[in-house]
Amino acid sequence: MGAVLPLFPPIASTYARQEDLLFYFLVAVTLFFVLLIFGSIFFFAVRYRRRTPDERAQPTRPNLPLEVAWIVIPLVIALVIFVWGAKLFFVAMRPPAQAVEVTVVGKQWMWKIQHADGTREINALHIPVGTPIKLILTSEDVIHDFFVPAFRIKRDVVPGRYTTAWFEATTPGTYHLFCAQYCGTNHAAMIGSVVVMEPADYERWVRARTSPVLPASAGAVLFQRLGCSSCHQTNTNAKAPALAGLFGQQVTLADSRQVTADMDFLRDHILTPGKTPVAGYPQIMPTYQGQVSEEQILELIAYVRSLARAERSQGGS
Amino acid sequence: MTESIAGLEHQFETLEQQHEAGWLGMWAFLATEIMFFGGMFTGYVIYRWAYFGAFAAGSKDLEIWAGTLNTLVLICSSFTMVLAVHAAETGERRGQIGFLLATMFLGTVFLGVKGYEWTTLFRDHHVPGIGFHFSGPYQNTAQIFFSFYFALTGMHALHMVVGVGLLTFLLVKAWRAEFTPAHHAAVDIIGLYWHFVDIVWIFLFPLLYLVDRHR
Amino acid sequence: MSMVQTAPSYLEDGHGLASWLLTRDHKRIALLYLVSIIGFFFLGAIFAGLIRVNLLSPQGDLVRPQTYNTFFTMHGLIMIFFFLIPSIPAVLGNFVLPLMIGARDLAFPKINLLSWYIFIVGGLFTISAGLFGGVDTGWTFYTPFSSIYSNSNVVLTVIGIFIVGFSSILTGLNFIITTHTMRASGMTWFRLPLFIWALYATSLIMVLGTPVLATTLVLVALERVFHLGIFDPSRGGDPIYFQHLFWFYSHPAVYIMILPSLGVMSETITCFARRRIFGYNAIAFSSLGIAVIGFLVWGHHMFVSGQSVYVGMMFSLLSFLVAIPSAIKVFNWMATLYGGTIAFDTPMLYSLGFIGLFTVGGLTGLYLAAMGVDIHVHDTYFVVAHFHYIMVGGAVMGFMAGLHYWWPKITGRLYPEVWGRLAAIITFLGFNLTFFPQFILGYLGMPRRYHMYPPEFQALNVLSSAGASILGIGYLLPVIYLLWSLRRGQVAGPNPWRATGLEWQTPSPPPTANFEAPPVVREEPYSYPTWEAQID
Repeated sequence: MGAVLPLFPPIASTYARQEDLLFYFLVAVTLFFVLLIFGSIFFFAVRYRRRTPDERAQPTRPNLPLEVAWIVIPLVIALVIFVWGAKLFFVAMRPPAQAVEVTVVGKQWMWKIQHADGTREINALHIPVGTPIKLILTSEDVIHDFFVPAFRIKRDVVPGRYTTAWFEATTPGTYHLFCAQYCGTNHAAMIGSVVVMEPADYERWVRARTSPVLPASAGAVLFQRLGCSSCHQTNTNAKAPALAGLFGQQVTLADSRQVTADMDFLRDHILTPGKTPVAGYPQIMPTYQGQVSEEQILELIAYVRSLARAERSQGGS
Repeated sequence: MTESIAGLEHQFETLEQQHEAGWLGMWAFLATEIMFFGGMFTGYVIYRWAYFGAFAAGSKDLEIWAGTLNTLVLICSSFTMVLAVHAAETGERRGQIGFLLATMFLGTVFLGVKGYEWTTLFRDHHVPGIGFHFSGPYQNTAQIFFSFYFALTGMHALHMVVGVGLLTFLLVKAWRAEFTPAHHAAVDIIGLYWHFVDIVWIFLFPLLYLVDRHR
Repeated sequence: MSMVQTAPSYLEDGHGLASWLLTRDHKRIALLYLVSIIGFFFLGAIFAGLIRVNLLSPQGDLVRPQTYNTFFTMHGLIMIFFFLIPSIPAVLGNFVLPLMIGARDLAFPKINLLSWYIFIVGGLFTISAGLFGGVDTGWTFYTPFSSIYSNSNVVLTVIGIFIVGFSSILTGLNFIITTHTMRASGMTWFRLPLFIWALYATSLIMVLGTPVLATTLVLVALERVFHLGIFDPSRGGDPIYFQHLFWFYSHPAVYIMILPSLGVMSETITCFARRRIFGYNAIAFSSLGIAVIGFLVWGHHMFVSGQSVYVGMMFSLLSFLVAIPSAIKVFNWMATLYGGTIAFDTPMLYSLGFIGLFTVGGLTGLYLAAMGVDIHVHDTYFVVAHFHYIMVGGAVMGFMAGLHYWWPKITGRLYPEVWGRLAAIITFLGFNLTFFPQFILGYLGMPRRYHMYPPEFQALNVLSSAGASILGIGYLLPVIYLLWSLRRGQVAGPNPWRATGLEWQTPSPPPTANFEAPPVVREEPYSYPTWEAQID
């Protein structure tokens, strides 16, 4: 940063290196064809300029091999780029299993970020170098887009659902965080920074924070306070499904479809319970729309997930 | 300059060319109409897949007798329209007037029944955006069903109103005995439009009224 | 063939305002459109200028953020819906389509006039939305911002765009029917000038795509007024559904803007290289191919929106396929230049510039179709640069080429050639200076629709703004010398370029009925004399 006329963005993630490779291949293809076309235009313009007003042109004869050639060759090049681009995309869209989760809530016009240990940040994200980070993104209002040019990653932040993105930073430094999806008046001010630190520095930064509350613990408190626990009990005559072990399982809906109980499922059942009712239970759950913030929903989900983890570890032992 | 042929517009060489242009023009227009309704039908299909339960509940709340009656009325109106076209081909003025009037009457009956349905839904607070209320488990998502119901039937009714207007235009011409076996393209073309609007309803009826009725 | 003019030209056939405002002559309607779209173009250009001035400094000193947002929204709406989409079809197409196929007029002259009135009414709605509260959604109207959160005059704008869509539908419908039913004797489908093929493909998109935009806009307006919930996640709706509907029209709309320009190229390249087109069939079918595949690529605007990875792959593959017909056209033009006798009149300079810029624009499209790279460049200035290379470097250059090429036919006068060439060169240079830096800005990561930006992006933004001022001169010059030529220009005669094609076989300006007698076509298109003919 700070250069007067920068031409290339910093390369600060594993993905950025892979993406740049395809980018420079594309630049080479572009240069080749641009030189070919511009070169031919100049050459023909000089060689075949009209010297006398009545000069006559060469007859135009069909040339099928030539036509086939300039259909097939660009097609092959295009397919190479397609396959390469698609493979890259799969890399960018599939977070590694061991990635550390960070939740991001966008709102007009700020980024609210929470680490797995409960640490909160606004318009800033501190991360250690060399650790895969998985972002779980959602929005309180309109569509935003989480964009870090130095990592070459970008993901729409859509209200009403969770999207994910991941990266592994390779170079310590401070990098731009932009909102890339137009979101209203102060769209250009919805910016922040991603601070990539050496592991030791990161440890120091973490320790300097006041001890945060784990999202799952905060979720457990909410679960009691909102009265969820009065119906979602583990005893047999419960009016609502027990939540232990639910996360990640297949659930049968009232219209006999099977869906996975993922984050979006839990979120929908907190906010719009009537949207996809579950089979076997009367639809009596009230909506919590407007009573819980996006962060609180994430905490509730974290709590339900922690129940599932506890269940599994008990079953396993 | 060529001598003027009755009813030939200046840009055409022959009456056949003029009729072909008009006929093809209506088909092309109907293609745009299919795309217009197509966008909404696609949306309907996507949301119906996502919220089948709500769509079934919403659908069961509609008056099925009204939908069925309207389907019959429109099929009959297509039949009377065909008879009107036939009368134009044979040049029977009285037949034209009679069948056009019958078609307009059936169209108006359709709109009347539709209006009755809408008032009922309004009374039951099933109109989205204006104090919408839907009892049962689907209070949240039934509104989407009714949004599509009103958007689709509203657009269809608008097309019916335009259709009745066009029939009025034909009626005036028929009254003045302007249609001859050689020159009745307008009846053909507007007939095409009328059939199209009927066909849209033939799709709307099962999509809106018959969701999950067998259960 | 005697050139004695018996019928008065269409310009002299009737005087006074009413003779223009109630005309059914396609040539006069074309001029009504010309005047209106030039007005809209400069209105849009003023907004572009204000945007570029604001971006001179990182803090965006000129206007407040909200004002800036209304500027780029109005710039986009006006340029796309009120200039680019009607530019070549409704002006040049309207004027030359009946002439080129040997017809007296379009099939539905009244509908043609109606389309102009609809266009003006739609324009008035949109402009009044700009005056009363402005609109700040961007031309893309993304929900739920447009349907719930925006505090600006969205409904009025949406009505304006909804209305203007019908003008486009009617024009397309008219062109399709006219091409089918009104070709002169001997004018078979494969004798049609390639400009007609391009207009035909464009019309297909107008007729089949625009209604979907209408549906979309109706839903946005209903959603905003009645809170239906179709796009509102808190009521069970899906904001991404809007994007699918919107891009189903708005990606093909890009081809509405560029296909006619591609058609103009086939006319000017053959005329000024004075050589028959190479690969007529390939060019004709590539136009249709672009129109058809163009309907199936909309999802490439949504790679990072959360749509399924596999759906994204399908859209990516189809987007690469749609590049091939464009490549075919460029190579065929190059093969036409080869062995021609090339003259560098103004239309040809614009055309050669077009080929270069369209090549750059097309190739940079590959970056956006490649999913892995699109993640980074999506919604940055890279995209802005790419589509300006296609729409300004492509569509506008093509419009200028066509306008200069047919100007003698439209007015009966020649414009001053030296000034014409100068303007073409200034436009080319100014364009590249304006938009090339934006590719770099985009790759650096500057998002689009930013009212201010980090300071290290300033140098490139200043370069871009400097280029814009040069580009502005390039666009103002033609207005001056073309107006001047109306009275002072040299009289053109029926065929100043010695071009083939029916439109050049009637006087300039043509009589109201276009031809004194219905023409008969006996030759293939672009039958320019060759060496062989000389030897015979």
